[in-house]
Amino acid sequence: MTDMSAIQSQTDVNSSGEDFSASVMSIEIGPAHPAMHGIVRFTTHLDGELIVGMDPEIGYLHRGFEKESENSKWIQIIPYTDRLNYVSPLLNNIGFSMAVEKLYGIEAPRRAEFTRVIMGEISRITDHLTCLGAVAMEIGAFTFFLWFIKAREYLWELVEEMTGARLTTNWTRFGGNANDLPDGFLSDLADRLVKLKDVMSECDKLLTRNKIFIDRVKDVGSFSKEDALSFGFTGPLLRACGIPYDVRRADPYSVYDELDFEIPVGSVGDCFDRFLVRMEEIRQSILIIEQAADKMPEGPFMTDERMMHYPDKKDVYGNIEGLIDHFKLVMEGHQPPAGEIYMPVEGGNGEMGFYLVSDGGGDPVRVRMRPPCFNLVAAMPAMTVGHYVADIVPIFGSVNMIGGELDR
Amino acid sequence: MSDEISTKETEVSPEAGELTTLLQDEFPDAVTEFHAHRGDETVVIERDAFESVCRFLRDDSRCSFEIMMDLTAVDRLEMKETPRFEMVYHFKSLTHARRLRLKVRLAEDDCKIASIHHLWKAVDWYERECFDMFGIQFEGHPDLRRILMYEEFEGHPLRKDYPIDKQQPLLELKEVEERHTYGRHT
Repeated sequence: MTDMSAIQSQTDVNSSGEDFSASVMSIEIGPAHPAMHGIVRFTTHLDGELIVGMDPEIGYLHRGFEKESENSKWIQIIPYTDRLNYVSPLLNNIGFSMAVEKLYGIEAPRRAEFTRVIMGEISRITDHLTCLGAVAMEIGAFTFFLWFIKAREYLWELVEEMTGARLTTNWTRFGGNANDLPDGFLSDLADRLVKLKDVMSECDKLLTRNKIFIDRVKDVGSFSKEDALSFGFTGPLLRACGIPYDVRRADPYSVYDELDFEIPVGSVGDCFDRFLVRMEEIRQSILIIEQAADKMPEGPFMTDERMMHYPDKKDVYGNIEGLIDHFKLVMEGHQPPAGEIYMPVEGGNGEMGFYLVSDGGGDPVRVRMRPPCFNLVAAMPAMTVGHYVADIVPIFGSVNMIGGELDR
Repeated sequence: MSDEISTKETEVSPEAGELTTLLQDEFPDAVTEFHAHRGDETVVIERDAFESVCRFLRDDSRCSFEIMMDLTAVDRLEMKETPRFEMVYHFKSLTHARRLRLKVRLAEDDCKIASIHHLWKAVDWYERECFDMFGIQFEGHPDLRRILMYEEFEGHPLRKDYPIDKQQPLLELKEVEERHTYGRHT
């Protein structure tokens, strides 16, 4: 919070001797405000329209994810992760399952990994579409919002086809996925990507060289590389500052090292750079999906390690090992070996890391999720001070705060 | 559990990693334990040396950890370990493409640790969250308030002895003016 005494008031006495000293006024924005994505409160201190101080207050959507998880069985946590970043739930599912797999020291089969890449990138696109659409709508480009939400619907229908749900997917398992690709999924996917590309090129024409849009976002919220690193930025906002850090490239997980894609970077980290970086990431994600669909190997979608998933019914009824495994999985749950791991994956907003501690029993000792937009919201005062009230909308929109992941 | 998994369980590197060796050389008395379970290089250090180790990790060209990735604590009450709390810091170096986990153990009756908010700006909010959830005192933090919970909340919810079904007293409705002042500051 900015020290109020440090703010100099300028005396401005008009000709009739009336004192119009520019004193500081405090205005609350939020918790429930149309331009606040989710519930967050900004106490802004204004000198006229100029922001001289800001104090974000978060926690309105705190549901105790970590506490609930530590009182659940490992497998019961997967549905909770849907509710973290609820715009891209599959990325959370994948991140958590990969973290538990790292704790076990196993890997999912290649077909499962390629499917995860496809579904993860679909989720990343929906995340970026939502963010960009919302920013555009808030600064007046309503068509762009409708087009992007239409495109998001194409993708959510794919998610529904795969998982049975649009948002609360609960799709990955430890060592694989809940189901294989449904029949005809890859051809549906190809159709939807063609439609998505059409939307992307139309919307690109609508905004990328639109003077009204550029005037609102260019040089707004610029951030230096040093500050971005110190604030722990990751994801599109760090890349917009010009640092090509992407977990998919820096610490390749899953099968990303076999896929060819580029990491777009900006230069000054203003809202326009963030817009361009997200637009390009959508195109790169489309490329990744196409490659993964081409390379989709045959094989199982679930590991054949014992005690990772329920045994087949014929084993449960047919032999004693199957029966014991089934009984132990139901009664005790998964029991990862004792140890601690940190598993970073690239979420929609940046590095989403799961820090898990197991004591070898069925109950997790510690389940910690590093929320990528926590750092971004923490930097809101640094990004907005010196700008005008109207700039909060594009700056905060491009931060893409997701309450579920911020407050957990 | 299959044989393959249980052999991997003991896969803890007996040799110190590169960063561990560096820290052992620079701070011979500070490093008490290390491991690299599943490839995550982990160093446990003494609390007294914590701030200087962090400064070294950030500034030394052999480390250059530009990002303080994550900061949290683990309550080891149910693991029957002493001391009870373990502070866990994750650092990421883009220059050397490396990660490091630094841990400091804190006793229940003395859970204080030096704040490192002056080294990385991200630390400010993470320390507030850790104070909120675990009641760890960060000495030197300028604004150690609750962040996810409200200020009247009693207890620290992520401690293992905080019951999951515990109910907090209902608060009186507050007048708007009590919370914050609108209008002109004088």
